[in-house]
Amino acid sequence: MRFGLTAEQRQFGTVAAELLAKPDTDRWAALTDLGVPAVLVPEEHGGLGGDEIDLLPVLEEAGRAALPDPLVESLVATRLLTALGGSLATEWLPQIASGESLVLFADGPYLPHADRAALILTERNGTLCTATPGAPQPSTDPARRLYSTTAITPVTAPSPNTTEPGTSRPPADAAPMTATAPGAAESGAFRPSAGGASGAADVRSLLVEARDRGAALTAVYLVGVARRMIDMAVEYTRERTQFGRPVGSFQAVKHHLANALVAVEFARPPAYRAAYSLARGSRTASRDASMAKAMASEAALQTARAALQVHGAIGYTLEYDLHHWLRRAWTLSTAWGTPTHHHRQVASLLLDSEEPLERLP
Amino acid sequence: MDLAYTPAEEAFRREARAWLAANVPAEPLPSLDTPEGFAAHREWERRLYDARLSVVTWPEEYGGRGASLAEWLIFEEEYYLAGAPGRVGQNGIFLLAPSLLEFGTEEQRRRHLPPMASGEEVWAQGWSEPEAGSDLAAVRSRAVRTDGGWLLSGQKTWSSRAAYAHWLFGLFRTDPESARHHGLTYFLVPLDAPGVTVRGIRQLDGEPGFAEVFFDEVFVPDDQVLGGVGEGWRVAMSTTGSERGLTLRSPGRFMAAADRLVSLARRIGDLGEAERLEVARAWMNADAYRLFTFQTLTRVRDGATIGPESSINKVFWSEMDLHLHETALRLLGPRAELTGAAPDAVAGGRWLDGFLFALSGPIYGGTNEIQRNIIAERVLGMPREPRPAKESQ
Ligand SMILES: Cc1cc2nc3c(=O)[nH]c(=O)nc-3n(C[C@H](O)[C@H](O)[C@H](O)COP(=O)(O)OP(=O)(O)OC[C@H]3O[C@@H](n4cnc5c(N)ncnc54)[C@H](O)[C@@H]3O)c2cc1C
Repeated sequence: MRFGLTAEQRQFGTVAAELLAKPDTDRWAALTDLGVPAVLVPEEHGGLGGDEIDLLPVLEEAGRAALPDPLVESLVATRLLTALGGSLATEWLPQIASGESLVLFADGPYLPHADRAALILTERNGTLCTATPGAPQPSTDPARRLYSTTAITPVTAPSPNTTEPGTSRPPADAAPMTATAPGAAESGAFRPSAGGASGAADVRSLLVEARDRGAALTAVYLVGVARRMIDMAVEYTRERTQFGRPVGSFQAVKHHLANALVAVEFARPPAYRAAYSLARGSRTASRDASMAKAMASEAALQTARAALQVHGAIGYTLEYDLHHWLRRAWTLSTAWGTPTHHHRQVASLLLDSEEPLERLP
Repeated sequence: MDLAYTPAEEAFRREARAWLAANVPAEPLPSLDTPEGFAAHREWERRLYDARLSVVTWPEEYGGRGASLAEWLIFEEEYYLAGAPGRVGQNGIFLLAPSLLEFGTEEQRRRHLPPMASGEEVWAQGWSEPEAGSDLAAVRSRAVRTDGGWLLSGQKTWSSRAAYAHWLFGLFRTDPESARHHGLTYFLVPLDAPGVTVRGIRQLDGEPGFAEVFFDEVFVPDDQVLGGVGEGWRVAMSTTGSERGLTLRSPGRFMAAADRLVSLARRIGDLGEAERLEVARAWMNADAYRLFTFQTLTRVRDGATIGPESSINKVFWSEMDLHLHETALRLLGPRAELTGAAPDAVAGGRWLDGFLFALSGPIYGGTNEIQRNIIAERVLGMPREPRPAKESQ
């Protein structure tokens, strides 16, 4: 039993952190050069054949750097294409691995950086669809560059039962907000390859898994966002003096940040575990992902609140950098399912069953 | 990352499970803070010891089996899932023993560890004094040099289990000129020594779980100093690290409680949304604590030592435990107030007992306010708050 990263995995994170910290660079291009999008692509499609665990430090560093690019959305799409197999996979996976094309999976009605994507995958009514970007949707977090998705075209047959309780489908916020393109249902039926997903039910479970993966990876990202806010707040409160003392020497200030640290340090292991469970296809992966997302979202929101408070008015301005992390915490805590959604999900998996509780390992 | 257990670890789990299934008393033992309960718990410790399950990680020569920390975790999981009794020897086993192993002489280890592990000798912790609570470095109890040893005088208080315990470990001032954490020495004191007076103090549950201990020129020989004269603070800090850090509160205990809470919620059924979410939160926190322990254990195996981060752990488990029990009482509604003596009590009143005990978690082992100061100053590196003038450091 080992709950820790290998030296190589940590090294990967360190290099990513250095690239992300460079001023005036295209950070996404730097991550692409480092091979980040290729990690999850199988070797036969030109990728590195790694898994989510290899990406943990990179995701956390992306959070620390408040990277706005759609890293999670592209990683989720990569796994989804790999599991689907067939012509979509053969066509797109090599382009993802080489960094030539950005392929995204959209959870819910709005998608960050949709205009940059060569292919957008999404779900409508239990069906895997492709989409095209619609109108820009200015977000409180402008760096996210949000778009609605439109021209939804199914690539798989609709599944018979799409509203079963206990699946990972976020409620109302994922309902289609744009009309399905006319005639879309008949077009471009998806033909699975041997070894790929073979039917509507399989596709539906892949879509559930895609959402779980998005939630889990976003949880790791949020841990990075929150941890960085604590560092910024510590640094600020060491420098800022009032009453002839650094404000960081006041207990009320200290305790805000100590509480935030406790929440963040206990949100990280569940986030890592969820990525592990998804990488290994564990039976508890869905519950693990919801637990991770609920805890990381709450930790990030608590930290954002504490960090803003101890910065005082300067934190409330656009002249100081804190706002980038605040916004990332707010938006990512609701992306891929709100904390309440995931919290309910765990409650339902624990309570609406007679089965003995399973804990892995 | 590999969360699977090895075949040897799985085999140990099966062994522990089988032994516990055959040996855990069917009826819960009476409270260990009563004379009958104390005696019954010591008998239980003896049985564990005879099966070499009392202190699995200790070296064999002191009664352990040299097990790994992962095996300790496995044992603790099985122990609490089996509903086995609380450990009457825990102060000695989890707090003193790590310091004895680190700082003790070979004679001290041989003299004290086996009877501690078998329940023959139960230890009390003597840190707090009437004027030294959070400010532990303010201890006034003193030790004066005499032929072949020391004469101890002063008063300790809030000492768990001391009403029945056999030995006490604690800090005494050996240099009368010294201030704060200088000039303190760590002593091992038999509670039946002439000059010792013990008075039980009733806790919230009505039992004498605490005691105050008075020392009137109590003689202790030199070989009952642990870790050197004047070194008491350093040795004591290693003890409090064990208390807050890894070993005192194993995840097994909280996992078992969280699983029982889920079972209770399922049995009650038809809960409101708010209660459902609180149950889920309690369960997630226990699970997160377990994962955090896996992480700590992996770091320790890779060579790290547990430092001030242990305070993060302490704040989390104490608040988690309290929330878990508060949630249970809310689910029980009017039956929550019934003690184990009531015919209608649910689970023998254990949720209420657990709640009363959980209330102390944010106080003992250093209050959570003090832990937050440590986290802020020593983990995050925030500026220190003003300290009393005499302190140097
Ligand atoms: C169940 C239980 C078992 C115990 N067992 C033992 C035992 O076996 N042996 C033993 O020696 N002791 C034991 N104790 C005592 C325990 O260690 C002390 O209660 C604890 O250290 C706090 O000291 P105090 O009670 O004197 O509170 P005080 O120090 O008087 O504190 C009162 C309040 O003031 C706050 N406070 C104090 N100083 C500060 C500060 N600098 N900053 C912010 N807030 C502050 C505290 O957090 C607390 O809220 C036990 C206590 C309990 C409840």
